[in-house]
Amino acid sequence: MPNKEVLLKVSNLKTYFPVKVPFRIGKRSVLKAVDDISLNLYKGETLGIVGESGSGKSTLGRTILKLVEPTDGEIIFEGQHLEKLKSKALQVHRNQMQMIFQDPFGSLNPRMRIEKIIEEPIKMHTTLTKSERKKRVVELIEKVGLSEEALKKLPHEFSGGQRQRIGIARALAINPKLIIADEPVSALDVSIQSQVLNLLLDLQDEFELTYLFISHDLSVIKHISDRVAVMYLGRIVEIATKDSLYANPLHPYTKALLSAIPVVNFDQKREEIPITGELPSPVDPPVGCAFHQRCPFAMEKCKQNRPLLKEVNDQQQVACFLYEEKEKKENTVSSMVQV
Amino acid sequence: MRKYAKNINLILGSLILFVFLGMMVVSFFYTPYDVNSMDIPNKLQEPSSKHIFGTDEFGRDIFSRILKGSQTAFIVGALTVTIGVFFGVLIGGIAGYVGGWIDEIFMRFMDALMAFPGIILALMLVAVFGPGIINTSIALGIIAIPSIARVTRSGFVQQKEAEYVTASKLIGVQSYKIMFKHILPNISSQIIVAASIAFAIAMLAEAALSYLGLGVQPPDPSWGRMLKDAQAYLIASPWYTYAPGGAITLLVLGLYLLSNAIRDMMDPRSNS
Repeated sequence: MPNKEVLLKVSNLKTYFPVKVPFRIGKRSVLKAVDDISLNLYKGETLGIVGESGSGKSTLGRTILKLVEPTDGEIIFEGQHLEKLKSKALQVHRNQMQMIFQDPFGSLNPRMRIEKIIEEPIKMHTTLTKSERKKRVVELIEKVGLSEEALKKLPHEFSGGQRQRIGIARALAINPKLIIADEPVSALDVSIQSQVLNLLLDLQDEFELTYLFISHDLSVIKHISDRVAVMYLGRIVEIATKDSLYANPLHPYTKALLSAIPVVNFDQKREEIPITGELPSPVDPPVGCAFHQRCPFAMEKCKQNRPLLKEVNDQQQVACFLYEEKEKKENTVSSMVQV
Repeated sequence: MRKYAKNINLILGSLILFVFLGMMVVSFFYTPYDVNSMDIPNKLQEPSSKHIFGTDEFGRDIFSRILKGSQTAFIVGALTVTIGVFFGVLIGGIAGYVGGWIDEIFMRFMDALMAFPGIILALMLVAVFGPGIINTSIALGIIAIPSIARVTRSGFVQQKEAEYVTASKLIGVQSYKIMFKHILPNISSQIIVAASIAFAIAMLAEAALSYLGLGVQPPDPSWGRMLKDAQAYLIASPWYTYAPGGAITLLVLGLYLLSNAIRDMMDPRSNS
């Protein structure tokens, strides 16, 4: 990490949605989409958020941008608490944060010309004149690798990858510091994916952007991230630097995920961790560790207590009792030695 | 182009509409005979080369009155649709976009309005405010609101979840701008279809009201009123009913065909 200045700090963030239970009048359950998440995002880094569908990774992104109201917890962006701010006061800070969307077909208004789409944020938040705005729009569209002619067209005249570039241009229009990319390449062909990812990396260098990159694709995350957080059922189970996570996954879920990536080289023996069953419903998440029903190493303790994120080494934090046990044993050994 | 040429609804519908629109424009400058000048000796004549649709009970030229009557039909239709679309889009848009209890209140109110048979409500309003083109249009406009509000609401409910709306919210675009600059153009085709049906219904309702003597007042020619007057001479001179009845039927048919054609054309599933 070049510098360790915290841009965004999220602590104990919870986003619960009320759900009606059918046939049971009056009873309401809560869907715990984001359940007690804390993380730091440092300036200039890319934090990848990976998890299967339903793990709450998109909701996390949307809650940070306050598109979804958090139930509890704190969102601190550049030292400013955002969780309680409303409309105008919020917008001042939100201008520093933009989003790139998953669906390149839904994220551009089909009835608006590209020029207008990219110009809109500039018009809203700067006092540039019409010709200055036009200049800025041309500059942006060229930055993302499209030509000026694209400006006069409508969204349906572009391919998925081109539309995603337009979405990126719109996100960059008012010089944000943080970009939350919600599965920006999952709707694209593999060949286009790498182009868009490399564009994002180039832009990061040029504009000193910080990314929160949400994806379910482990190889995409590996390509773009500096650090990776693995989410399971609304919680972060492991957060680590990319290299240590991919080389030495600690949490059984992370291990299972990584062992599921197909390999080309069959001689290379790998530890395979089978997990069975389905992702439990976030409406009634299991007591204790959310993963204990599917975990091959589950202990009695895991069914009762919820493990918290603990630092295992200076690059890795993991929420699993397996490592707490080890730590304790080491502690007791060392204390015995001392005695 | 070939796809449109195949569309018989579009061709027939717009042809009929253009003929009637042409008639209306012509009637501002020229009618074969003066619309209100009576010629009692020549009353109730059969269609002939002098009077192509014959004459009425006062000897007035029916063709001229049909021409002039198209003005009434279009004015009532246009006014009704304007009122209906304006308030319908406003109410439906707010209900669909805001949602929650505002949606409930607005839409239950629309349901209540819809529960009245339209013509009864129009009769009631005209009875209170008095007959005439403007009052008739206002009454019919109020009746047109719920159907347009419903179409608009469902469109807004569908579109407000789209990511381009989220993107605009994120930028901080004001809600009214998102509603009317971003979402509305995307559901305009549905509203156009609803409006063209409302137009046809308004013309029918105007004819019905005038037929009942509560719509357009004499001596202004109205197709509905002509039909009512013709009823008294149905046995002796049946051709008197043909022209106004035919005009109403044809124009309403044309509008329905056109609205069907627009719906088919705008439907993305049939398009690509």
